[in-house]
Amino acid sequence: MAVQTPNAQDAPSTDRIEKRVVLRAPQTRVWRAISNSKEFGTWFRVNLEGAFIAGATTKGKMTIPKYEHVTVDLQVERIEPERYFSYRWHPYAIDPAKDYSAEPTTLVEFILEEADGGTALTIIESGFDKIPLARRVEAFRMNDQGWGGQIKAIEKYVS
Amino acid sequence: MSRSRSTAALRVADAVPVFVALGDETRLSLLGRLSVDGPLSITRLSEGTGVTRQAITRHLYALGDAGLVRNARRGREMVWELDAKRLEKARQYLDQIAAQWDDAADRLKAFVEDG
Repeated sequence: MAVQTPNAQDAPSTDRIEKRVVLRAPQTRVWRAISNSKEFGTWFRVNLEGAFIAGATTKGKMTIPKYEHVTVDLQVERIEPERYFSYRWHPYAIDPAKDYSAEPTTLVEFILEEADGGTALTIIESGFDKIPLARRVEAFRMNDQGWGGQIKAIEKYVS
Repeated sequence: MSRSRSTAALRVADAVPVFVALGDETRLSLLGRLSVDGPLSITRLSEGTGVTRQAITRHLYALGDAGLVRNARRGREMVWELDAKRLEKARQYLDQIAAQWDDAADRLKAFVEDG
């Protein structure tokens, strides 16, 4: 009983990330920026081929400098127009020589709600506890040395 | 440059045992139990689990090696408790991914608000 304790989720979570922002734009506009794969790719920095279809995988190359060789596979799970979009992917699947397909994925969810002066967006990525140890360490290293810095540079460029 | 690289390498090496320790359901459950109920003896931790005391002991030492828990004597009893500082290290991994989502959300914000 104790090992399967329902209180386990009270331990500091290493499994999920949750982020909430209010965007000063109508819900319809935000929905298009997320659910239209071309628009999604613009801010996410990936050149996606084809539209998002529930149950289908959309592929694309990253457009972040030095990561253009990275192919991203977004396995679209659920599309509820104007309010919910979700996909699964392999976080930090950045080595083209490795086959990540058999490894567990994380679930990324976008939840849209009307808010004062715009749209409240909640982004949740969960399932990290199932990601193999080696990948987590790899991601940790990438974050330390590369990707974070790249993103900062791009931000400066566009702003 | 080389200094920051070796700092990063140190941090990666530092994180490895933490992830090894967390990569097991029983060990995660033990951490959950200790974070909710506070310091507990091996007897208490193994009660009703269907896992032997020997196995629980082995898992606790694995968590101890990673610096996630430590044992202490309380009266005549040996108890195990969380080492919260080390758990913070595991959180850093998610913090960094969260920082990337912050950046992505900022770009989305600029995209929908300017367009």
